[in-house]
Amino acid sequence: MSAVIEEHHDDHHHGPDKGIMRWVLTTNHKDIGTLYLWFSFIMFLTGGVMALVIRAELFQPGLQLVQPEFFNQMTTMHGLIMVFGAVMPAFVGLANWLVPMMIGAPDMALPRMNNFSFWILPFAFAMLLSSLLMEGGAPNFGWTFYAPLSTDYGPPSTTFFIFGVHLMGISSIMGSINVIVTILNLRAPGMTLMKMPLFVWTWLITAYLLIAVMPVLAGVVTMMLMDIHFNTAFFNAGGGGDPVLFQHVFWFFGHPEVYIMILPAFGVVSAIIPTFARKRLFGYDSMVYATASIAFLSFIVWAHHMFTVGIPIAGELYFMYATMLIAVPTGVKVFNWVATMWQGSMTFETPMLFSIAFVILFTIGGFSGLMLAIVPADFQYHDTYFVVAHFHYVLVPGSVFSIMAAVYYWLPKWTGNMYNETLGKTHFWLSFIGVNITFFPQHFTGLAGMPRRIPDYALQFADYNMISSCGAFLFGFSQLLFLFIVIRTIKGGKKATDQVWEGAHGLEWTIPSPAPYHTFSTPPKDLSEAHG
Amino acid sequence: MAEPIRDPTSRPVSHRGTIFRLIGVTVGMFAFGFLLVPLYDIICDVTGLNGKTGGPYAATGELVEDLDREVTVQFITNNNAGMPWEFRPMVRSVTVNPGKMTTAEFYVRNPVDRTIVAQAVPSVTPFHAAEYFHKTECFCFEQQQLVEGQDLMMPLRFVVDPAIPKNVTTLTLSYTLFDITRDAGSLAAN
Repeated sequence: MSAVIEEHHDDHHHGPDKGIMRWVLTTNHKDIGTLYLWFSFIMFLTGGVMALVIRAELFQPGLQLVQPEFFNQMTTMHGLIMVFGAVMPAFVGLANWLVPMMIGAPDMALPRMNNFSFWILPFAFAMLLSSLLMEGGAPNFGWTFYAPLSTDYGPPSTTFFIFGVHLMGISSIMGSINVIVTILNLRAPGMTLMKMPLFVWTWLITAYLLIAVMPVLAGVVTMMLMDIHFNTAFFNAGGGGDPVLFQHVFWFFGHPEVYIMILPAFGVVSAIIPTFARKRLFGYDSMVYATASIAFLSFIVWAHHMFTVGIPIAGELYFMYATMLIAVPTGVKVFNWVATMWQGSMTFETPMLFSIAFVILFTIGGFSGLMLAIVPADFQYHDTYFVVAHFHYVLVPGSVFSIMAAVYYWLPKWTGNMYNETLGKTHFWLSFIGVNITFFPQHFTGLAGMPRRIPDYALQFADYNMISSCGAFLFGFSQLLFLFIVIRTIKGGKKATDQVWEGAHGLEWTIPSPAPYHTFSTPPKDLSEAHG
Repeated sequence: MAEPIRDPTSRPVSHRGTIFRLIGVTVGMFAFGFLLVPLYDIICDVTGLNGKTGGPYAATGELVEDLDREVTVQFITNNNAGMPWEFRPMVRSVTVNPGKMTTAEFYVRNPVDRTIVAQAVPSVTPFHAAEYFHKTECFCFEQQQLVEGQDLMMPLRFVVDPAIPKNVTTLTLSYTLFDITRDAGSLAAN
């Protein structure tokens, strides 16, 4: 080991710099991927603490811990931080680490922009979080920041929120441009698009979604900024504007946004399930087309978030059927995952457990989404805890589980060490049980009529809320075990082989573990096993 | 897949074209976000969605009074949050024959000790009937300014189009009154 280090002792181009400036100035895709992942985990814990404030207050009916004003700030900040700070940067981090290694590229196409797009994020979230300390408090109008609640009635810190969103948007757009350019221009010779691993495919499509809708988000917050400070009336009916317009523009961004958070998860699971089923992925081509179909459909269904604001019946019917249509490509995907496992020689290491849980629990979230798509039923479900249960089922055991699965799956490649399987499985089972105890009862409270975003509730909901809060604390504290496992694996452990997993396919498994600082300086020749 | 594969090691790949195209998409979508604003108004105007009523009505031809039908028009008034004026219709509802020009009056009074500029915003339900409700004269076409204690009787002249769908027997016209004193200066400048 030491001999290897001495060989490269005075050659600055073959290893990382020393000290903190390595991380500030780095243009290496692996370093930047690591930065993204750690940033995302810090935000995950920050948003998680806010979730626990919410669940602690809802443990019993009545007001115990926090005032309603602060409660509203917690729900808003929890949503914003989890969406923009935890889930999205985690997937960008995975893309940074994995996309170049999967397509046989030496690095991302635009390394300096890559550094810049990461380092914007800490400033964006410092700005957003600092609003908690400002006079009037943090934004308190929900992560969807509907006008005029956010424009006429929002706290003064709304302006900081707007600039924070602008910065996050710039970061995402730069990251996406980088991913697209890398995938289109830097694939190893011979790697056609249909030979790319599915994670690369899903990220290519996600990146296109991002550059299509993040500018619209930037536009809508810019309109808010102008309404607040420059006397325009985009959303002010008194000046000729329309509050419903806000919802149209917001959800034109918002619906593709939810697919931005799930498509890379599809890619992760499509890499892991074949490995541990020891079969090739069933229906690779149909997976690609299904992903593209979902991405296309995401642009034409936005008003299903707005059934109750008053849409003509023809519009309601159109948006209902278009929304239900999404179940078809999603069904294709679930079918393919199950068919991949069918008659496979399955083993159940931690990444596989998270992936199987993903398939089952994401499907539950998908079904409750179908229920919400039914217009007459939606009038009952709208803005209740049923909606909260639905989107947490697709986001927590959906996106978040896939991120955890990805970390367990590729951590040996990143660090060169195997994680502790017993601890990993313990983490999985605590998370799995915690998630379901937290969110499953919320279906029932929602169907019974408990509204979302309230600090107090009717006594009839007390039992389910108490159960839900217990689950939330179990899930939340289990993540400290995750942190412990990851740090322990970085520090040492059983050495991983190059292939790491017996059934793993893909270019990233052909390079040594841990992955050297620079990989594929010469492009790989053998692409026969490029995708699972 | 006929796309040529480039060898990244042979010479630096030029990303310039790809980057410019993607930046073009980004800028285009930012503009599209703002384009949604006029687009939304046009779609609402054309289809009458959202209960939006049109501007001053100019009859394109003689509307024939349909004496065989009666439509009830109900009037509702609301104050937007923070708007202190008294605001009410003089009659709660009228029953009219489609095609007949009708006048209704609305009363406003400013009870507070400062001058306020107001704007009324109309909305018609059911939405699909909005395009058949024509206003030839409406206080909602202009702003009202009242000093302390001043009151005003505001007229509305309207006609229900005889082409209104047969299943519509009741129309509800709702006015919401907004305090636009803060914005009045800049709006007047436009």
